Amino acid sequence: MHLKMKTAISAAALSLVAGAASAQEIRFMCHAQQFQCDAMMEQFEKYEAANPGVDVVLDKVSYQTILESLPIQLAGGEGPDISTVTDYGGLSQYFLDISPYVDTAYWEENFGTFLPWSRSNPDSTAINSIQSELAVTGAFINRTLFDQAGVAVPAEGSDWDTWVAAAREVAEKTDTPYAMAIDRSGHRLAGPAIAYGAKYFDENGDIMLVDDHFSEFVEKFVGWHLDGTFAQDVWGAVGGASYREAGPEFINGNLVYYFSGSWQVGRFEQEIGDLFDWQVVGSPCGDGGCTGMPGGAGIAGFNHTKHPEIVAGVLDTLAQEDNYAEYSAKALYIPGHAAVAAKGVSYEGLSPLATKALQDWGGEVAKLESPAVKLQGYFHNRTVFNISLTRTSQAIAGEMTAAEAVEKMKEDLEKAMAELK
Amino acid sequence: MANAIAFLTRTRGRNGRWDWTDWVSYGYLMFGVFIIFGPILWLMMSSFKTEADIYRYPPKFLPHVQETVMVDGYDDPLPLYSIVSGEHKGRTLAQLRRVGLVAQMIDPRNPDERLKVNISDREAIESVGFAFGNYTEVFERFTLLRYFYNSTFITLVTTAIALIANSMAAFALSKYQFRGRTAILMVVIGTLMIPQTVVLVPLFMVVRELGLVNNLWGVIIPSAATPTGVFLLRQYMLTIPDEILDAARMDKASEWKIFWRIILPLSAPAIAVLAILSIIWRWNDFLWPLIVLSENEQFTLQLALNSLQGESIIEWSYLLAMTVLTLLPVTVVFMFLQKYITTGIASTGGK
Amino acid sequence: MQMPFRGSWGGFMLSVLTPLMKIVEIPFVLVQKFFGVRRVAWVFLAPNLILFALFAFIPIYLNFAYSFTSGGNILLEDRPDAGWENFRTLTACDNYLDPNSCERDVFWRALFNTVWFVTLQVAFMVGFSLVTAIILNREIRARGFFRSVFFFPVMLSPVVIALTWKWILQRHGILNASLDAMGYEPVWWLVDRQWAFAWSVFLTVWAHMGFYTLILLAGLQAIPRDVYDAALMDRASPWRTFRHITLPLLSPTMLVVLVLAGIKGVQTFDEVYAFTGGGPGSATTLIIQYIYETGFGGAPRLFGLAAAASILIAGLLVILTGLQFWANRRNVDG
Repeated sequence: MHLKMKTAISAAALSLVAGAASAQEIRFMCHAQQFQCDAMMEQFEKYEAANPGVDVVLDKVSYQTILESLPIQLAGGEGPDISTVTDYGGLSQYFLDISPYVDTAYWEENFGTFLPWSRSNPDSTAINSIQSELAVTGAFINRTLFDQAGVAVPAEGSDWDTWVAAAREVAEKTDTPYAMAIDRSGHRLAGPAIAYGAKYFDENGDIMLVDDHFSEFVEKFVGWHLDGTFAQDVWGAVGGASYREAGPEFINGNLVYYFSGSWQVGRFEQEIGDLFDWQVVGSPCGDGGCTGMPGGAGIAGFNHTKHPEIVAGVLDTLAQEDNYAEYSAKALYIPGHAAVAAKGVSYEGLSPLATKALQDWGGEVAKLESPAVKLQGYFHNRTVFNISLTRTSQAIAGEMTAAEAVEKMKEDLEKAMAELK
Repeated sequence: MANAIAFLTRTRGRNGRWDWTDWVSYGYLMFGVFIIFGPILWLMMSSFKTEADIYRYPPKFLPHVQETVMVDGYDDPLPLYSIVSGEHKGRTLAQLRRVGLVAQMIDPRNPDERLKVNISDREAIESVGFAFGNYTEVFERFTLLRYFYNSTFITLVTTAIALIANSMAAFALSKYQFRGRTAILMVVIGTLMIPQTVVLVPLFMVVRELGLVNNLWGVIIPSAATPTGVFLLRQYMLTIPDEILDAARMDKASEWKIFWRIILPLSAPAIAVLAILSIIWRWNDFLWPLIVLSENEQFTLQLALNSLQGESIIEWSYLLAMTVLTLLPVTVVFMFLQKYITTGIASTGGK
Repeated sequence: MQMPFRGSWGGFMLSVLTPLMKIVEIPFVLVQKFFGVRRVAWVFLAPNLILFALFAFIPIYLNFAYSFTSGGNILLEDRPDAGWENFRTLTACDNYLDPNSCERDVFWRALFNTVWFVTLQVAFMVGFSLVTAIILNREIRARGFFRSVFFFPVMLSPVVIALTWKWILQRHGILNASLDAMGYEPVWWLVDRQWAFAWSVFLTVWAHMGFYTLILLAGLQAIPRDVYDAALMDRASPWRTFRHITLPLLSPTMLVVLVLAGIKGVQTFDEVYAFTGGGPGSATTLIIQYIYETGFGGAPRLFGLAAAASILIAGLLVILTGLQFWANRRNVDG
């Protein structure tokens, strides 16, 4: 940090005129883990080196800041110049279109799949964000526990019921406290529901969320919580739209089957170490295929910035194939860059176990089904996720039956859509 | 009978013997100490544990680390295990690596011979050890001094402004008869009803208009207007006799002098209480700073603590260490000032 | 206690401040000269009123404005007018005792939760504070120490409080481990609806009772000794002494405690939100959390609905407190 301690008065005076500080200062807000933000900064610094006078400053913030404060700040014409973003729909009106400053053909070619996600309407050709990370949801298993129990790992293409039976058998035989767990989030629920056959969108392409397959899956899902298959304190112990994960339980060998996503690899590598073997098993299959949900984050500039060309330049630096490959390797991300993905990333200093896991996740990308991709790019997807999350939780907590919860979801969605029109 | 009344008043049995009310009283108080400090102590212990130790079940009170040994030919220290069953029972071996259900181990005294041990046959050798890594990592990652400075600056300046503005208003509302007094008093009490949480968005719009976003003053000034302070001070100033003011006015003292030289010193206990409360509130403020301050060099300790909670991964070991660090200054201040804090509140609160 | 404005340090400060005070004095003297002494009150009020106007009245007024608009936009000028729709949908229920029949069922659940929560919390808060104050009012060794112990949690931030207890109560926390060790079945403290609610009440009492204990202690110490001596002479039973002497003499202090605890109870948010997130399901969702999540934390962000809900609640609070003050007019006027 190049900030020195100043006296109270000079700091106060300085902060009063902060708006007029360094002429070429770009603030970059990042909510990823520290080493990942650092990996991004490393690429941005290449732009700084090539353009003296430009200073990109990292603001490491919590995810809550990105979700709650950032929209309010942007609405007020305030906030950072660049930020990591996940809620494309909610922020799309503030994105800076960098297409005048960059090679659009190159961007379309390499980020074409993701560019529509951050556009406010389907006809737009704007370039609003760079996909900094591609994530896929899916499951990990504790392989050592399977071996100890002498239970065969279900073959690829197995459905939920097969996995539930297998995980339960392993948990019983090895005296493991939890058979299965899934992160508490509407996004995590969507993958399995779509694989089960839920469509989320109707024939006209409008959001509907609830259909027969969806209702059936929620019914089953709630049932698995009530019969103790799924760790109850993940979905059951908090309320509202609070996020909750079960990573620590998995890391400590208390969990057989953990449905989460590709972003856990770096952490598992670091913290499980030698304790047991783990592997990626992806998503269980059903009528809707074997899909998980795509996810991940992008980096976007905002239209209130005073230096659009610098913002574009900074993002374009990261977008260059070599830079992006280097960055992905350090941040342990699955690349969202077509050319880099095609060549594969050689991740730095990883064990064979983790390297294999990242490759497996790359393979899961190919299995994504269209409703999942569409939902991820859908403007109001957070609304859909939150509704399905809170109502399903209420059913798990016994406030209503699964059928009632699904009814409520339908009503909630109608009300929200009417309000947001 | 006398004993029972003594329980309600404050004398103990005159002969100095302990009766059952004493046992009950001290029992209750000791239980209170346990219930209040137990959790805090547990939190502190946990903050010295490694991530794996944190999630151990059943948990151990003291942090433990696995013992390691340096063996010739290996760069890193190797973890030690005692073998509890099987072929090598009773030996102490160092582990090279584990593959599936089998661990490759060596005897530190005979490093050339590799042994294969079933993983259920070994038990880690652990000893009490504090993992300071959580703390060093937090110090490396954050410019803690800067955050500490920001927190302190916001807390002290807000408190100072609040004390001046609130005591002046309280003086006007308690010692002057003027039209609109009741209305203003009602408005003050009315504002007391509305927590800041519910007006966050409009409040942000006001602060933005004033150009105070991402500025410590954007946190300081809005927080200085506490209706609680006005109300508390006014109630206290009501107890100051009007005759003192009249006497001063006879001596041609200006109204400001009366306030500054007479009312303020006489209200000192109440002002001290408000100062303490204000310091506690502002030090712990979280939601409003979160919205106004997003640039790292303006972060407060509470915001730094929050920034450890990522999108999908929460780093508990650092979170606990950081929690202890934010709690530490308050605790230290409290230890030194507890007498003034508690007697101050006790002497004002009842008024 | 030591008065901050006396003593050598205070004296030094005063000597530095004297020239400054001369300047500050000018507006007061001028107003007094031209408008009379009563109008000086407005000069004293000015700084605070300006702060209030900017950061309380304007936001509250804007909040009103928001409550009559709809949509997901944040800026007021971009939001379509919605008339009374937000208020209508919040209060539309087929059966007011069954939240599921309401259009905004979570609002009603939160409202019911809050009523229960405040009732229990105030009862336990006052009960425990009173018992603690009575014990601390006895001749206890190390009284200062014990008094501080009970006050300590008041100093902690809500996030720390929530984190600490979450840490203890989780499935693999120390409490379950202790139960396990003693041969009992571990309990899902935060998964069970009743337990989670009970622990939320406990948590807030734990965190705030120290403050009320000190206030009640002051009230107890203000009761003259001879009143008790008289009771002793009359051979009054301890319960009668407590019922007919201590309680009535303590009632002004009790009122302060009840009003404060009541208001703070309705406004409870941070601790419980960080503790349970309002769960399981919506078992511990309180009204402020509902407002926060509707307008701010969740998706979609319905500022209009949140603003309308906050106005309904504020109205309710103002009426309740107004009644309390009206019933105790003399106490308020000092």
